[in-house]
Amino acid sequence: MLNDSDRIYQNLYGAGDWHLPGARARGDYADIGQILARGRDTIIEEVKASGMRGRGGAGFPTGMKWSFMPKQSDGRPSYLVVNADESEPGTCKDRDIIRNEPHKLVEGSLIAGFAMGAHTGFIYIRGEYFNEAARLQTAIDEAYAAGLLGPDAAGTGWAFDLVLHRGAGAYICGEESALLESLEGKKGMPRMKPPFPAAMGLYGCPTTVNNVETIAGIPTILRRGAAWFSGLGRPKNSGTKIFCISGHVNRPCNVEEELGIPLRELIETHAGGVRGGWDNLQAIIPGGASMPILNKTMCETQLMDFDSLSAVRSGLGSGAVIVMDQSADVVKAIWRLSKFFKHESCGQCTPCREGTGWMMRMMDRIVQNQASMADIALLEQVCAQVAGHTICAFGDAAAWPIQGLFRALRPLVESRAVDYQPALAAA
Amino acid sequence: MSGQTEPFTFDDISETAIAAAIAKYPAGKQASAVMPLLHIAQRQMERAAGSAWVPRAAMDAVAARLGMAPVRVYEIATFYLMYNTKPVGKFHLQVCTTTPCWLRGSDDIVAACKKATGIAQFGETSADGLFTMTEVECLGACVNAPILQINDDYYEDLDTARTEALLAALKSGAPAPPPGSTIGRHASAPLTGQTALRSPSQATQNAE
Repeated sequence: MLNDSDRIYQNLYGAGDWHLPGARARGDYADIGQILARGRDTIIEEVKASGMRGRGGAGFPTGMKWSFMPKQSDGRPSYLVVNADESEPGTCKDRDIIRNEPHKLVEGSLIAGFAMGAHTGFIYIRGEYFNEAARLQTAIDEAYAAGLLGPDAAGTGWAFDLVLHRGAGAYICGEESALLESLEGKKGMPRMKPPFPAAMGLYGCPTTVNNVETIAGIPTILRRGAAWFSGLGRPKNSGTKIFCISGHVNRPCNVEEELGIPLRELIETHAGGVRGGWDNLQAIIPGGASMPILNKTMCETQLMDFDSLSAVRSGLGSGAVIVMDQSADVVKAIWRLSKFFKHESCGQCTPCREGTGWMMRMMDRIVQNQASMADIALLEQVCAQVAGHTICAFGDAAAWPIQGLFRALRPLVESRAVDYQPALAAA
Repeated sequence: MSGQTEPFTFDDISETAIAAAIAKYPAGKQASAVMPLLHIAQRQMERAAGSAWVPRAAMDAVAARLGMAPVRVYEIATFYLMYNTKPVGKFHLQVCTTTPCWLRGSDDIVAACKKATGIAQFGETSADGLFTMTEVECLGACVNAPILQINDDYYEDLDTARTEALLAALKSGAPAPPPGSTIGRHASAPLTGQTALRSPSQATQNAE
């Protein structure tokens, strides 16, 4: 188990003061001047050396992402955008950072902005996080009042403004280019890439979009050193991660752990184990709604990091672990995710707009024992025709849960179909 | 409760909020303020009419203020779920039924809401006009499932009895119970047997 002293988020559960004095007591902003004095290139190199990979789901190396930003401005400003549109079903980690460690996010934004040459940062928070947004705005106001943000942020000579923008209930705005569209005052419909945001992002200017947990972890990494962070976890999967353990466990919770922790250990150590004991486990979604489900056999030995999970054709995603015991109707659980994706499709690309409806309806028929084996094959075909054929990864995200279900729990799915006689249903 | 033909003018509270919202974005990029302004308009309707929704006249006022074509504001108001384009009750019951909440019994929460309010299905408002029930997708508080969002607040770790008690309190006109966990959990920490962040130094360090 990870030592408390190696946890970045000492106030994850809100036991202490989230205001500026409490944050300072935990070490936030302590030597911010010295950190920025290292210069942007050194900071980016340190972030690269730490092995930090984006905590929003895709796991792209953070330092490399920052290095794509222009070193010299061509007259256009650069922007940092923090993705706080946390909406992947099962995921509630950024919420804890925002409400209990908001100053880690503010300080991380300042450092990230400095490292990428941005004088303005926008934090896009999901609209439903109303109370969390109020708290984050208070933290931002406290930082301004203390001179930690503004024309001479933290006395470093770097001007940095941080703006909080509330969303209004659209999962797709968690996709970075949809988020930028939304921030510009449009419907959240993803953009074609290229151009990538680092070349042309917000208002047509160089932009980097990072997840809350990525940005909020940066100050601690720079304080304790890249070697500390890369010494935790596994090679190429370094550091700590907040896991959200929900569903059929005895004590659902969020917990910060080392990447690479065995799934079983994670659940048994921190969440009180699977309801009814480990042998009562049926299946686990390891990384938020869009990540393919694992059957019990896969769960026995699974390690929780980016590469270990992609090796079994699933993914770490956002670190949201959704546990289902033997009592769960797993097919219905996946159908509900199909309904989610159908509801949240932005409608821009035909395969996704139409396909997510097909997927939901066909999954519904399997749930109702109204699908034949041929229907299951047809549904697989529909999934294949959506995934990879849309502007953004939403189409893939909608197909993966179904494809994962078919891979991991095929007998269960087929057992729902074997007895169905279409002729009888028609009569 | 149609209200779709009533004229709409921003009040003083809204005007203050609008000035602050527009100032957040770069000059010439005031269209970025369309989402905040719609939130502001909806809040004003809640204050003035007791129902948090955005009538067409308010969308037109937002468009005029930001120099946008009205249709672009209508697009935004209908694309994003949180803008109510029809009147809602004083208490907007937003029940999450996505998989993590469903696994923890969101069907019971839906049933309890229906029983307490007399609402038959999602999207309806109760006969007394107090409650509207909406099915929402993942609210992002999944380790505290099931969740019921009432207006701006999350009520967490619910079951049938606690949902009924909560709605009874609202019905009685009593002040709304405090939001958050209904079983006394601290944020997302496990109910008992906390395994992380237990060391005394940490507690001292975090003491307010």
